[in-house]
Amino acid sequence: MKSLVQIENVGMQFATKKGPFVALQGINLQINEGEVVSLIGHSGCGKSTLLNLIAGLTLPTDGSLICGGREIAGPGPERAVVFQNHSLLPWLSCFENVYLGVERVFGSKESKAILRSRTMAAVEMVHMAHAAEKLPGEISGGMKQRIGIARAFAMEPKILLMDEPFGALDALTRAALQDELIGVMQKTGATVVMVTHDVDEAVLLSDRVVMLTNGPAATIGEILEVNLAKPRNRLTLASDAEYTRCRAAIIEFLYQKQVKKAA
Amino acid sequence: MTIASIDISLGSVETAENVSSKPSNTSENMSTPKISPPATALSVPKNAVAGEIAGRAIRTILPPLIGFALLIGIWAIVSMKNKGIPTPEVVWNAAVVLFSDPFYSNGPNDQGIGWNILSSLKRVAIGFGFAAAVGIPMGFLLGRFDFLNKALDPIISLLRPVSPLAWLPIGLLVFKRADPAATWTIFICSIWPMILNTAQGVQRVPQDYLNVARVLNLSEWKVITKILFPSVLPYMLTGIRLSIGTAWLVIVAAEMLTGGVGIGFWVWDEWNNLKVEHIIIAIFVIGIVGLLLEQGLLLIARRFSYDSNS
Ligand SMILES: Nc1ncnc2c1ncn2[C@@H]1O[C@H](COP(=O)(O)OP(=O)(O)OP(=O)(O)O)[C@@H](O)[C@H]1O
Ligand SMILES: [Mg+2]
Repeated sequence: MKSLVQIENVGMQFATKKGPFVALQGINLQINEGEVVSLIGHSGCGKSTLLNLIAGLTLPTDGSLICGGREIAGPGPERAVVFQNHSLLPWLSCFENVYLGVERVFGSKESKAILRSRTMAAVEMVHMAHAAEKLPGEISGGMKQRIGIARAFAMEPKILLMDEPFGALDALTRAALQDELIGVMQKTGATVVMVTHDVDEAVLLSDRVVMLTNGPAATIGEILEVNLAKPRNRLTLASDAEYTRCRAAIIEFLYQKQVKKAA
Repeated sequence: MTIASIDISLGSVETAENVSSKPSNTSENMSTPKISPPATALSVPKNAVAGEIAGRAIRTILPPLIGFALLIGIWAIVSMKNKGIPTPEVVWNAAVVLFSDPFYSNGPNDQGIGWNILSSLKRVAIGFGFAAAVGIPMGFLLGRFDFLNKALDPIISLLRPVSPLAWLPIGLLVFKRADPAATWTIFICSIWPMILNTAQGVQRVPQDYLNVARVLNLSEWKVITKILFPSVLPYMLTGIRLSIGTAWLVIVAAEMLTGGVGIGFWVWDEWNNLKVEHIIIAIFVIGIVGLLLEQGLLLIARRFSYDSNS
Protein backbone atom coordinates (compact mmCIF):
# COMPACT_ATOMS: atom_id res chain seq x y z
CA MET A 1 0.00 0.00 0.00
CA LYS A 2 1.13 3.51 -0.79
CA SER A 3 2.03 5.76 2.08
CA LEU A 4 0.08 9.00 2.05
CA VAL A 5 1.15 10.86 5.17
CA GLN A 6 4.53 10.79 6.83
CA ILE A 7 4.95 12.28 10.25
CA GLU A 8 8.63 12.50 11.14
CA ASN A 9 9.94 13.34 14.57
CA VAL A 10 7.24 15.87 15.13
CA GLY A 11 7.20 17.90 18.30
CA MET A 12 4.86 20.68 19.33
CA GLN A 13 5.62 23.31 21.89
CA PHE A 14 3.18 25.98 22.98
CA ALA A 15 4.27 29.30 24.39
CA THR A 16 2.22 29.84 27.53
CA LYS A 17 2.28 32.41 30.29
CA LYS A 18 4.27 29.99 32.44
CA GLY A 19 6.84 29.49 29.71
CA PRO A 20 7.08 26.90 26.94
CA PHE A 21 4.83 23.86 27.22
CA VAL A 22 5.83 20.72 25.32
CA ALA A 23 2.61 19.03 24.23
CA LEU A 24 3.97 16.48 21.75
CA GLN A 25 7.41 15.07 21.23
CA GLY A 26 9.06 12.58 18.87
CA ILE A 27 5.95 11.53 16.97
CA ASN A 28 6.66 9.18 14.06
CA LEU A 29 3.80 7.76 12.04
CA GLN A 30 3.04 6.65 8.50
CA ILE A 31 -0.51 6.62 7.23
CA ASN A 32 -1.26 4.56 4.14
CA GLU A 33 -3.82 5.31 1.47
CA GLY A 34 -7.22 3.91 2.29
CA GLU A 35 -6.28 3.29 5.89
CA VAL A 36 -8.39 4.21 8.89
CA VAL A 37 -6.27 5.24 11.87
CA SER A 38 -7.64 6.30 15.19
CA LEU A 39 -5.83 8.27 17.87
CA ILE A 40 -6.70 7.40 21.42
CA GLY A 41 -5.38 8.65 24.72
CA HIS A 42 -6.38 10.33 27.91
CA SER A 43 -7.88 13.78 27.86
CA GLY A 44 -5.33 16.52 27.34
CA CYS A 45 -2.60 14.23 25.99
CA GLY A 46 -2.43 15.99 22.64
CA LYS A 47 -4.73 14.14 20.25
CA SER A 48 -6.35 17.28 18.91
CA THR A 49 -2.94 18.90 18.65
CA LEU A 50 -1.69 16.04 16.48
CA LEU A 51 -4.78 16.13 14.31
CA ASN A 52 -4.51 19.91 13.88
CA LEU A 53 -0.91 19.43 12.81
CA ILE A 54 -1.99 17.02 10.06
CA ALA A 55 -4.76 19.44 9.11
CA GLY A 56 -2.20 22.23 8.91
CA LEU A 57 -4.22 24.40 11.28
CA THR A 58 -1.10 24.59 13.45
CA LEU A 59 2.48 24.12 12.35
CA PRO A 60 4.94 21.92 14.26
CA THR A 61 7.79 23.42 16.23
CA ASP A 62 9.87 20.31 15.49
CA GLY A 63 10.09 17.75 12.72
CA SER A 64 8.02 17.64 9.58
CA LEU A 65 4.71 16.44 8.23
CA ILE A 66 4.31 15.39 4.62
CA CYS A 67 1.09 14.63 2.78
CA GLY A 68 1.10 13.27 -0.76
CA GLY A 69 4.79 14.09 -1.17
CA ARG A 70 4.40 17.74 -0.11
CA GLU A 71 5.22 19.36 3.20
CA ILE A 72 2.11 20.43 5.08
CA ALA A 73 2.37 24.21 5.29
CA GLY A 74 -1.23 25.12 6.03
CA PRO A 75 -4.77 23.83 5.85
CA GLY A 76 -6.28 22.82 2.54
CA PRO A 77 -9.29 21.05 1.10
CA GLU A 78 -7.33 17.88 0.32
CA ARG A 79 -7.24 17.37 4.11
CA ALA A 80 -10.86 17.85 5.10
CA VAL A 81 -11.73 18.17 8.77
CA VAL A 82 -14.87 17.06 10.59
CA PHE A 83 -14.90 19.22 13.68
CA GLN A 84 -16.02 17.97 17.05
CA ASN A 85 -18.75 20.60 17.24
CA HIS A 86 -19.67 20.22 13.55
CA SER A 87 -18.95 23.92 12.86
CA LEU A 88 -21.70 24.37 10.32
CA LEU A 89 -22.36 27.98 9.41
CA PRO A 90 -25.71 28.74 11.04
CA TRP A 91 -26.84 31.18 8.34
CA LEU A 92 -26.49 28.67 5.52
CA SER A 93 -28.81 25.74 4.90
CA CYS A 94 -27.42 22.22 5.18
CA PHE A 95 -27.20 22.05 1.41
CA GLU A 96 -25.38 25.39 1.21
CA ASN A 97 -22.94 24.36 3.91
CA VAL A 98 -21.93 21.32 1.89
CA TYR A 99 -22.01 23.29 -1.36
CA LEU A 100 -19.51 25.81 -0.01
CA GLY A 101 -16.80 23.15 0.12
CA VAL A 102 -17.81 21.48 -3.15
CA GLU A 103 -17.74 24.80 -4.96
CA ARG A 104 -14.29 25.55 -3.62
CA VAL A 105 -12.82 22.22 -4.74
CA PHE A 106 -14.58 21.59 -8.04
CA GLY A 107 -15.97 25.03 -8.93
CA SER A 108 -13.20 25.87 -11.37
CA LYS A 109 -13.77 22.88 -13.64
CA GLU A 110 -17.41 21.87 -13.28
CA SER A 111 -20.76 23.44 -14.08
CA LYS A 112 -23.17 24.61 -11.40
CA ALA A 113 -25.50 21.70 -12.14
CA ILE A 114 -22.77 19.16 -11.53
CA LEU A 115 -21.71 20.94 -8.36
CA ARG A 116 -25.28 20.80 -7.14
CA SER A 117 -25.67 17.12 -7.92
CA ARG A 118 -22.36 16.39 -6.16
CA THR A 119 -23.63 18.25 -3.11
CA MET A 120 -26.94 16.44 -3.20
CA ALA A 121 -25.19 13.08 -3.53
CA ALA A 122 -23.14 13.80 -0.42
CA VAL A 123 -26.23 14.88 1.49
CA GLU A 124 -28.06 11.74 0.40
CA MET A 125 -25.11 9.59 1.38
CA VAL A 126 -25.62 10.56 5.01
CA HIS A 127 -29.41 10.21 4.61
CA MET A 128 -30.15 13.87 5.08
CA ALA A 129 -31.85 14.69 1.77
CA HIS A 130 -35.11 15.44 3.58
CA ALA A 131 -33.47 18.22 5.61
CA ALA A 132 -31.21 19.68 2.93
CA GLU A 133 -32.96 23.05 2.94
CA LYS A 134 -33.10 23.36 6.73
CA LEU A 135 -30.83 25.63 8.71
CA PRO A 136 -28.43 23.93 11.15
CA GLY A 137 -30.38 25.45 14.03
CA GLU A 138 -33.44 23.49 12.97
CA ILE A 139 -31.93 19.99 13.10
CA SER A 140 -30.63 17.73 15.89
CA GLY A 141 -27.02 17.36 16.95
CA GLY A 142 -26.64 14.00 15.22
CA MET A 143 -28.03 15.41 12.00
CA LYS A 144 -25.63 18.34 12.15
CA GLN A 145 -22.73 15.96 12.56
CA ARG A 146 -23.99 14.04 9.52
CA ILE A 147 -23.92 17.21 7.47
CA GLY A 148 -20.43 17.95 8.78
CA ILE A 149 -19.37 14.50 7.54
CA ALA A 150 -21.11 15.06 4.20
CA ARG A 151 -19.31 18.38 3.80
CA ALA A 152 -15.96 16.71 4.36
CA PHE A 153 -16.63 13.72 2.09
CA ALA A 154 -18.10 15.86 -0.68
CA MET A 155 -14.74 17.56 -1.14
CA GLU A 156 -13.22 14.16 -1.99
CA PRO A 157 -10.20 14.83 0.18
CA LYS A 158 -7.04 12.76 0.11
CA ILE A 159 -7.46 12.29 3.82
CA LEU A 160 -10.29 12.92 6.20
CA LEU A 161 -9.51 14.19 9.69
CA MET A 162 -12.11 13.80 12.41
CA ASP A 163 -11.76 15.15 15.94
CA GLU A 164 -14.09 13.17 18.17
CA PRO A 165 -16.79 13.35 15.53
CA PHE A 166 -19.37 11.68 17.72
CA GLY A 167 -18.14 12.85 21.10
CA ALA A 168 -21.09 15.13 21.75
CA LEU A 169 -23.77 12.59 20.83
CA ASP A 170 -25.78 10.15 22.91
CA ALA A 171 -24.87 6.46 22.69
CA LEU A 172 -27.68 5.43 20.34
CA THR A 173 -27.11 8.24 17.87
CA ARG A 174 -23.40 7.58 18.04
CA ALA A 175 -23.87 3.92 17.12
CA ALA A 176 -26.12 4.88 14.21
CA LEU A 177 -23.57 7.37 12.92
CA GLN A 178 -20.72 4.90 13.34
CA ASP A 179 -22.59 2.43 11.17
CA GLU A 180 -23.22 5.15 8.65
CA LEU A 181 -19.56 6.11 8.65
CA ILE A 182 -18.58 2.47 8.10
CA GLY A 183 -20.83 2.45 5.04
CA VAL A 184 -19.47 5.71 3.68
CA MET A 185 -15.85 4.70 4.24
CA GLN A 186 -16.50 1.36 2.57
CA LYS A 187 -18.02 3.09 -0.42
CA THR A 188 -15.37 5.76 -0.85
CA GLY A 189 -12.28 3.92 0.33
CA ALA A 190 -11.31 7.08 2.19
CA THR A 191 -8.17 7.55 4.23
CA VAL A 192 -9.23 8.61 7.69
CA VAL A 193 -7.55 9.79 10.87
CA MET A 194 -9.95 9.95 13.76
CA VAL A 195 -9.54 11.10 17.34
CA THR A 196 -11.65 9.21 19.81
CA HIS A 197 -12.15 8.59 23.51
CA ASP A 198 -14.17 5.50 22.92
CA VAL A 199 -12.41 2.10 22.92
CA ASP A 200 -15.20 0.32 21.05
CA GLU A 201 -15.38 3.03 18.44
CA ALA A 202 -11.64 2.78 17.86
CA VAL A 203 -11.75 -1.00 17.32
CA LEU A 204 -14.93 -0.97 15.31
CA LEU A 205 -13.81 1.65 12.80
CA SER A 206 -10.06 1.49 12.45
CA ASP A 207 -7.32 -0.56 10.84
CA ARG A 208 -4.79 0.72 13.34
CA VAL A 209 -5.21 2.28 16.74
CA VAL A 210 -2.48 4.76 17.73
CA MET A 211 -2.24 5.08 21.49
CA LEU A 212 -0.70 8.24 22.92
CA THR A 213 1.06 8.42 26.27
CA ASN A 214 0.00 10.99 28.82
CA GLY A 215 1.24 14.52 28.38
CA PRO A 216 3.13 16.70 28.79
CA ALA A 217 5.55 15.68 26.04
CA ALA A 218 3.19 12.96 24.90
CA THR A 219 4.34 10.53 22.26
CA ILE A 220 3.11 7.34 20.62
CA GLY A 221 3.04 4.58 23.20
CA GLU A 222 1.80 1.64 21.16
CA ILE A 223 0.23 0.97 17.80
CA LEU A 224 -2.36 -1.76 17.57
CA GLU A 225 -3.29 -3.50 14.34
CA VAL A 226 -6.94 -4.46 14.14
CA ASN A 227 -7.12 -7.56 11.99
CA LEU A 228 -10.84 -7.68 11.39
CA ALA A 229 -12.40 -8.04 7.96
CA LYS A 230 -14.38 -5.09 6.65
CA PRO A 231 -17.17 -4.14 6.50
CA ARG A 232 -17.65 -4.82 10.16
CA ASN A 233 -20.85 -5.49 11.96
CA ARG A 234 -21.13 -4.55 15.59
CA LEU A 235 -23.46 -7.43 16.36
CA THR A 236 -21.22 -10.24 15.15
CA LEU A 237 -18.08 -8.56 16.48
CA ALA A 238 -19.17 -8.64 20.08
CA SER A 239 -18.15 -12.28 20.40
CA ASP A 240 -15.17 -12.16 18.02
CA ALA A 241 -11.85 -13.17 19.58
CA GLU A 242 -9.81 -10.58 17.66
CA TYR A 243 -12.23 -7.86 18.69
CA THR A 244 -11.92 -8.86 22.31
CA ARG A 245 -8.12 -8.97 22.05
CA CYS A 246 -7.96 -5.45 20.58
CA ARG A 247 -10.29 -4.06 23.17
CA ALA A 248 -8.30 -5.63 25.95
CA ALA A 249 -5.03 -4.29 24.55
CA ILE A 250 -6.33 -0.71 24.43
CA ILE A 251 -7.88 -0.91 27.86
CA GLU A 252 -4.68 -2.31 29.29
CA PHE A 253 -2.71 0.53 27.74
CA LEU A 254 -5.07 3.23 28.93
CA TYR A 255 -5.87 1.99 32.40
CA GLN A 256 -2.70 0.14 33.41
CA LYS A 257 0.27 1.53 31.54
CA GLN A 258 -0.98 5.10 31.31
CA VAL A 259 -3.06 5.51 34.42
CA LYS A 260 -4.41 9.02 34.54
CA LYS A 261 -3.96 10.50 37.95
CA ALA A 262 -7.06 12.26 39.05
CA ALA A 263 -6.34 15.87 38.19
CA MET B 1 -56.95 77.44 29.02
CA THR B 2 -56.97 80.71 27.13
CA ILE B 3 -54.17 79.57 24.87
CA ALA B 4 -56.04 76.40 24.07
CA SER B 5 -59.24 78.18 23.19
CA ILE B 6 -57.40 80.54 20.86
CA ASP B 7 -55.85 77.57 19.22
CA ILE B 8 -59.17 75.86 18.69
CA SER B 9 -60.82 78.95 17.32
CA LEU B 10 -58.11 79.09 14.71
CA GLY B 11 -59.19 75.70 13.48
CA SER B 12 -62.65 74.96 12.13
CA VAL B 13 -65.57 75.07 14.53
CA GLU B 14 -66.76 71.57 13.71
CA THR B 15 -63.51 69.95 14.70
CA ALA B 16 -63.47 71.93 17.86
CA GLU B 17 -66.84 70.48 18.78
CA ASN B 18 -65.83 66.95 17.89
CA VAL B 19 -62.73 67.39 19.89
CA SER B 20 -64.46 68.65 22.95
CA SER B 21 -66.82 65.68 23.01
CA LYS B 22 -64.06 63.07 22.78
CA PRO B 23 -61.74 64.28 25.50
CA SER B 24 -64.57 64.63 27.97
CA ASN B 25 -65.03 60.85 27.75
CA THR B 26 -61.38 60.17 28.16
CA SER B 27 -60.99 62.59 30.98
CA GLU B 28 -63.78 60.82 32.82
CA ASN B 29 -61.90 57.55 32.52
CA MET B 30 -58.77 59.31 33.56
CA SER B 31 -60.27 60.87 36.62
CA THR B 32 -61.31 57.45 37.96
CA PRO B 33 -58.50 55.23 36.79
CA LYS B 34 -58.15 53.16 39.93
CA ILE B 35 -61.75 52.16 40.21
CA SER B 36 -62.82 51.06 36.76
CA PRO B 37 -60.04 48.62 35.66
CA PRO B 38 -60.04 46.43 38.81
CA ALA B 39 -63.80 46.16 38.49
CA THR B 40 -63.46 44.49 35.08
CA ALA B 41 -60.62 42.33 36.32
CA LEU B 42 -62.82 40.98 39.08
CA SER B 43 -65.86 40.44 36.94
CA VAL B 44 -64.05 38.38 34.27
CA PRO B 45 -63.12 35.26 36.27
CA LYS B 46 -66.62 35.16 37.73
CA ASN B 47 -68.74 34.98 34.63
CA ALA B 48 -66.41 33.63 31.95
CA VAL B 49 -65.32 30.07 31.23
CA ALA B 50 -63.06 31.34 28.45
CA GLY B 51 -61.91 33.91 30.97
CA GLU B 52 -58.41 32.40 31.02
CA ILE B 53 -57.51 34.15 27.76
CA ALA B 54 -59.26 37.35 28.68
CA GLY B 55 -57.57 37.23 32.08
CA ARG B 56 -54.15 36.93 30.50
CA ALA B 57 -54.92 39.78 28.13
CA ILE B 58 -56.01 41.94 31.03
CA ARG B 59 -52.92 41.03 33.01
CA THR B 60 -50.69 42.21 30.17
CA ILE B 61 -52.69 45.29 29.24
CA LEU B 62 -53.78 46.38 32.68
CA PRO B 63 -50.42 47.31 34.30
CA PRO B 64 -49.35 49.66 31.47
CA LEU B 65 -52.82 51.19 31.47
CA ILE B 66 -52.60 51.83 35.17
CA GLY B 67 -49.14 53.30 34.65
CA PHE B 68 -50.38 55.73 32.04
CA ALA B 69 -53.44 56.57 34.07
CA LEU B 70 -51.22 57.36 37.07
CA LEU B 71 -48.97 59.53 34.92
CA ILE B 72 -51.90 61.46 33.56
CA GLY B 73 -53.43 61.69 37.02
CA ILE B 74 -50.25 63.19 38.48
CA TRP B 75 -50.00 65.49 35.51
CA ALA B 76 -53.60 66.63 36.02
CA ILE B 77 -52.88 67.39 39.69
CA VAL B 78 -49.69 69.27 38.87
CA SER B 79 -51.46 71.29 36.19
CA MET B 80 -54.18 72.20 38.66
CA LYS B 81 -51.63 73.53 41.14
CA ASN B 82 -49.42 75.17 38.55
CA LYS B 83 -51.26 77.36 36.08
CA GLY B 84 -48.29 77.43 33.67
CA ILE B 85 -48.69 73.72 32.88
CA PRO B 86 -51.65 72.87 30.64
CA THR B 87 -54.06 70.16 31.73
CA PRO B 88 -54.19 66.83 29.88
CA GLU B 89 -57.48 67.88 28.36
CA VAL B 90 -56.04 71.07 26.89
CA VAL B 91 -53.08 69.17 25.48
CA TRP B 92 -55.36 66.54 24.00
CA ASN B 93 -57.46 69.18 22.29
CA ALA B 94 -54.38 70.88 20.95
CA ALA B 95 -53.03 67.58 19.68
CA VAL B 96 -56.21 66.79 17.81
CA VAL B 97 -56.05 70.16 16.12
CA LEU B 98 -52.39 69.75 15.37
CA PHE B 99 -52.74 66.30 13.86
CA SER B 100 -55.85 67.17 11.89
CA ASP B 101 -53.54 69.05 9.50
CA PRO B 102 -49.97 67.86 10.02
CA PHE B 103 -48.68 68.80 6.58
CA TYR B 104 -49.58 72.45 6.13
CA SER B 105 -46.87 74.87 5.14
CA ASN B 106 -46.97 78.65 5.66
CA GLY B 107 -43.41 79.48 4.81
CA PRO B 108 -40.24 78.05 6.34
CA ASN B 109 -41.01 79.10 9.92
CA ASP B 110 -44.57 77.84 10.14
CA GLN B 111 -45.01 74.27 9.03
CA GLY B 112 -47.15 71.38 10.19
CA ILE B 113 -45.89 68.96 12.81
CA GLY B 114 -45.62 66.26 10.14
CA TRP B 115 -43.09 68.32 8.19
CA ASN B 116 -41.12 68.99 11.34
CA ILE B 117 -40.93 65.32 12.22
CA LEU B 118 -40.02 64.38 8.67
CA SER B 119 -37.24 66.93 8.37
CA SER B 120 -35.76 65.77 11.68
CA LEU B 121 -35.96 62.19 10.48
CA LYS B 122 -34.33 63.19 7.23
CA ARG B 123 -31.41 64.80 9.04
CA VAL B 124 -31.02 61.74 11.21
CA ALA B 125 -31.16 59.48 8.15
CA ILE B 126 -28.49 61.43 6.28
CA GLY B 127 -26.11 61.83 9.20
CA PHE B 128 -26.71 58.26 10.14
CA GLY B 129 -26.21 57.00 6.59
CA PHE B 130 -22.84 58.72 6.35
CA ALA B 131 -21.89 57.37 9.76
CA ALA B 132 -22.77 53.84 8.63
CA ALA B 133 -20.88 54.27 5.36
CA VAL B 134 -17.76 55.33 7.24
CA GLY B 135 -18.16 53.56 10.57
CA ILE B 136 -18.94 50.01 9.45
CA PRO B 137 -15.94 49.65 7.10
CA MET B 138 -13.79 51.30 9.78
CA GLY B 139 -15.09 48.79 12.30
CA PHE B 140 -14.19 45.91 9.98
CA LEU B 141 -10.67 47.27 9.54
CA LEU B 142 -10.21 47.83 13.25
CA GLY B 143 -11.47 44.34 13.99
CA ARG B 144 -9.25 42.69 11.41
CA PHE B 145 -6.03 44.60 11.92
CA ASP B 146 -4.76 44.77 15.44
CA PHE B 147 -2.33 47.54 14.60
CA LEU B 148 -5.12 49.85 13.45
CA ASN B 149 -7.12 48.96 16.50
CA LYS B 150 -4.24 49.88 18.82
CA ALA B 151 -3.60 53.08 16.88
CA LEU B 152 -7.17 54.33 16.88
CA ASP B 153 -8.52 52.97 20.14
CA PRO B 154 -7.13 55.78 22.33
CA ILE B 155 -8.49 58.42 19.95
CA ILE B 156 -11.93 56.85 19.91
CA SER B 157 -11.92 56.45 23.69
CA LEU B 158 -11.05 60.12 24.01
CA LEU B 159 -13.67 61.42 21.57
CA ARG B 160 -16.54 59.08 22.33
CA PRO B 161 -17.61 60.61 25.67
CA VAL B 162 -17.71 64.12 24.16
CA SER B 163 -21.23 65.39 23.67
CA PRO B 164 -21.93 65.59 19.95
CA LEU B 165 -23.22 69.12 20.51
CA ALA B 166 -19.68 70.19 21.26
CA TRP B 167 -18.98 69.38 17.63
CA LEU B 168 -21.75 71.66 16.40
CA PRO B 169 -19.58 74.79 16.13
CA ILE B 170 -17.03 72.85 14.11
CA GLY B 171 -19.85 71.78 11.81
CA LEU B 172 -21.06 75.37 11.46
CA LEU B 173 -17.53 76.48 10.75
CA VAL B 174 -16.93 73.85 8.09
CA PHE B 175 -20.32 73.79 6.41
CA LYS B 176 -21.24 77.46 6.88
CA ARG B 177 -24.94 76.51 7.15
CA ALA B 178 -27.07 75.27 10.00
CA ASP B 179 -28.68 72.33 8.28
CA PRO B 180 -25.57 70.30 7.44
CA ALA B 181 -24.13 71.23 10.83
CA ALA B 182 -27.06 69.51 12.57
CA THR B 183 -26.55 66.50 10.31
CA TRP B 184 -22.88 66.60 11.24
CA THR B 185 -23.66 66.19 14.94
CA ILE B 186 -25.75 63.15 14.06
CA PHE B 187 -22.84 61.76 12.10
CA ILE B 188 -20.50 62.25 15.05
CA CYS B 189 -22.77 60.69 17.63
CA SER B 190 -23.71 57.73 15.41
CA ILE B 191 -20.28 56.76 14.26
CA TRP B 192 -18.79 55.59 17.58
CA PRO B 193 -21.21 52.80 18.40
CA MET B 194 -21.01 51.61 14.79
CA ILE B 195 -17.23 51.45 14.74
CA LEU B 196 -16.94 49.86 18.15
CA ASN B 197 -19.69 47.27 17.75
CA THR B 198 -18.61 46.25 14.27
CA ALA B 199 -15.01 45.90 15.42
CA GLN B 200 -16.11 43.83 18.38
CA GLY B 201 -18.21 41.63 16.10
CA VAL B 202 -15.24 41.01 13.82
CA GLN B 203 -13.05 40.11 16.77
CA ARG B 204 -15.69 37.74 18.09
CA VAL B 205 -16.17 35.71 14.92
CA PRO B 206 -15.95 32.18 16.33
CA GLN B 207 -12.57 30.56 15.70
CA ASP B 208 -14.45 27.46 14.51
CA TYR B 209 -15.88 29.34 11.57
CA LEU B 210 -12.51 30.77 10.69
CA ASN B 211 -11.06 27.26 10.87
CA VAL B 212 -13.75 26.11 8.46
CA ALA B 213 -12.72 28.91 6.14
CA ARG B 214 -9.09 27.86 6.41
CA VAL B 215 -9.76 24.18 5.83
CA LEU B 216 -12.01 24.88 2.85
CA ASN B 217 -9.39 27.41 1.75
CA LEU B 218 -12.11 29.92 0.90
CA SER B 219 -11.25 33.01 -1.09
CA GLU B 220 -11.08 36.28 0.81
CA TRP B 221 -14.33 37.36 -0.85
CA LYS B 222 -16.13 34.20 0.30
CA VAL B 223 -14.72 34.63 3.78
CA ILE B 224 -16.15 38.13 3.92
CA THR B 225 -19.56 37.35 2.41
CA LYS B 226 -20.19 33.89 3.86
CA ILE B 227 -18.48 34.08 7.23
CA LEU B 228 -17.42 37.53 8.40
CA PHE B 229 -20.42 39.53 7.31
CA PRO B 230 -23.15 37.18 8.59
CA SER B 231 -21.47 36.68 11.94
CA VAL B 232 -20.76 40.38 12.39
CA LEU B 233 -24.25 41.43 11.31
CA PRO B 234 -25.91 41.08 14.72
CA TYR B 235 -23.18 43.20 16.33
CA MET B 236 -23.51 45.73 13.55
CA LEU B 237 -27.24 45.94 14.09
CA THR B 238 -26.67 46.50 17.80
CA GLY B 239 -24.36 49.36 16.88
CA ILE B 240 -26.98 50.77 14.55
CA ARG B 241 -29.67 50.49 17.19
CA LEU B 242 -27.56 52.27 19.80
CA SER B 243 -26.62 54.95 17.28
CA ILE B 244 -30.12 55.66 16.19
CA GLY B 245 -31.19 55.99 19.83
CA THR B 246 -28.57 58.65 20.52
CA ALA B 247 -29.08 60.26 17.13
CA TRP B 248 -32.71 60.80 17.93
CA LEU B 249 -31.76 62.25 21.33
CA VAL B 250 -29.18 64.56 19.82
CA ILE B 251 -31.19 65.86 16.87
CA VAL B 252 -33.68 67.59 19.15
CA ALA B 253 -30.95 69.44 20.98
CA ALA B 254 -29.04 70.24 17.79
CA GLU B 255 -32.11 71.65 16.08
CA MET B 256 -32.88 73.84 19.11
CA LEU B 257 -29.50 75.43 18.54
CA THR B 258 -29.55 75.63 14.75
CA GLY B 259 -33.17 76.48 13.99
CA GLY B 260 -34.89 75.75 10.69
CA VAL B 261 -37.54 73.12 10.28
CA GLY B 262 -37.47 70.17 12.66
CA ILE B 263 -39.05 68.83 15.78
CA GLY B 264 -36.32 70.27 18.02
CA PHE B 265 -36.64 73.69 16.53
CA TRP B 266 -40.40 73.41 16.75
CA VAL B 267 -40.15 72.77 20.50
CA TRP B 268 -38.04 75.89 20.87
CA ASP B 269 -40.36 77.94 18.70
CA GLU B 270 -43.42 76.87 20.67
CA TRP B 271 -41.57 77.80 23.86
CA ASN B 272 -41.07 81.27 22.44
CA ASN B 273 -44.78 81.34 21.57
CA LEU B 274 -45.50 80.09 25.11
CA LYS B 275 -47.56 77.17 23.76
CA VAL B 276 -46.59 74.78 26.49
CA GLU B 277 -49.21 72.25 25.41
CA HIS B 278 -47.37 71.92 22.11
CA ILE B 279 -44.15 71.25 23.92
CA ILE B 280 -45.82 68.44 25.82
CA ILE B 281 -47.18 67.08 22.56
CA ALA B 282 -43.68 67.25 21.12
CA ILE B 283 -42.33 65.27 24.07
CA PHE B 284 -44.82 62.51 23.38
CA VAL B 285 -44.17 62.61 19.65
CA ILE B 286 -40.39 62.44 20.09
CA GLY B 287 -40.85 59.55 22.49
CA ILE B 288 -43.13 57.64 20.13
CA VAL B 289 -40.90 58.14 17.10
CA GLY B 290 -37.85 57.05 19.10
CA LEU B 291 -39.73 53.99 20.32
CA LEU B 292 -40.78 53.08 16.77
CA LEU B 293 -37.22 53.44 15.47
CA GLU B 294 -35.91 51.24 18.27
CA GLN B 295 -38.60 48.59 17.86
CA GLY B 296 -38.18 48.53 14.09
CA LEU B 297 -34.48 47.88 14.43
CA LEU B 298 -35.08 45.25 17.10
CA LEU B 299 -37.36 43.45 14.67
CA ILE B 300 -34.68 43.53 11.99
CA ALA B 301 -32.06 42.38 14.48
CA ARG B 302 -34.19 39.43 15.52
CA ARG B 303 -34.53 38.43 11.90
CA PHE B 304 -30.74 38.21 11.52
CA SER B 305 -29.72 36.68 14.82
CA TYR B 306 -28.75 33.03 14.80
CA ASP B 307 -28.52 30.76 17.77
CA SER B 308 -24.86 30.84 18.64
CA ASN B 309 -24.91 27.17 19.66
CA SER B 310 -26.76 26.01 16.57
N1 LIG C 1 -2.88 26.77 21.82
C1 LIG C 1 -2.41 26.18 22.93
N2 LIG C 1 -1.64 26.87 23.79
C2 LIG C 1 -1.14 26.28 24.90
N3 LIG C 1 -1.37 25.01 25.24
C3 LIG C 1 -2.11 24.26 24.44
C4 LIG C 1 -2.68 24.80 23.23
N4 LIG C 1 -3.40 23.83 22.63
C5 LIG C 1 -3.28 22.75 23.41
N5 LIG C 1 -2.51 23.00 24.49
C6 LIG C 1 -2.15 22.04 25.54
O1 LIG C 1 -1.66 20.87 24.89
C7 LIG C 1 -2.15 19.72 25.55
C8 LIG C 1 -2.85 18.84 24.56
O2 LIG C 1 -4.06 19.44 24.15
P1 LIG C 1 -5.06 18.74 23.18
O3 LIG C 1 -6.19 19.66 22.98
O4 LIG C 1 -4.33 18.30 21.97
O5 LIG C 1 -5.51 17.49 24.02
P2 LIG C 1 -6.54 16.34 23.62
O6 LIG C 1 -5.83 15.06 23.71
O7 LIG C 1 -7.21 16.66 22.34
O8 LIG C 1 -7.58 16.44 24.81
P3 LIG C 1 -9.14 16.14 24.77
O9 LIG C 1 -9.27 14.68 24.72
O10 LIG C 1 -9.61 16.70 26.08
O11 LIG C 1 -9.71 16.85 23.58
C9 LIG C 1 -3.03 20.18 26.67
O12 LIG C 1 -2.30 20.14 27.87
C10 LIG C 1 -3.35 21.59 26.32
O13 LIG C 1 -3.48 22.37 27.49
MG1 LIG D 1 -9.26 17.28 21.79
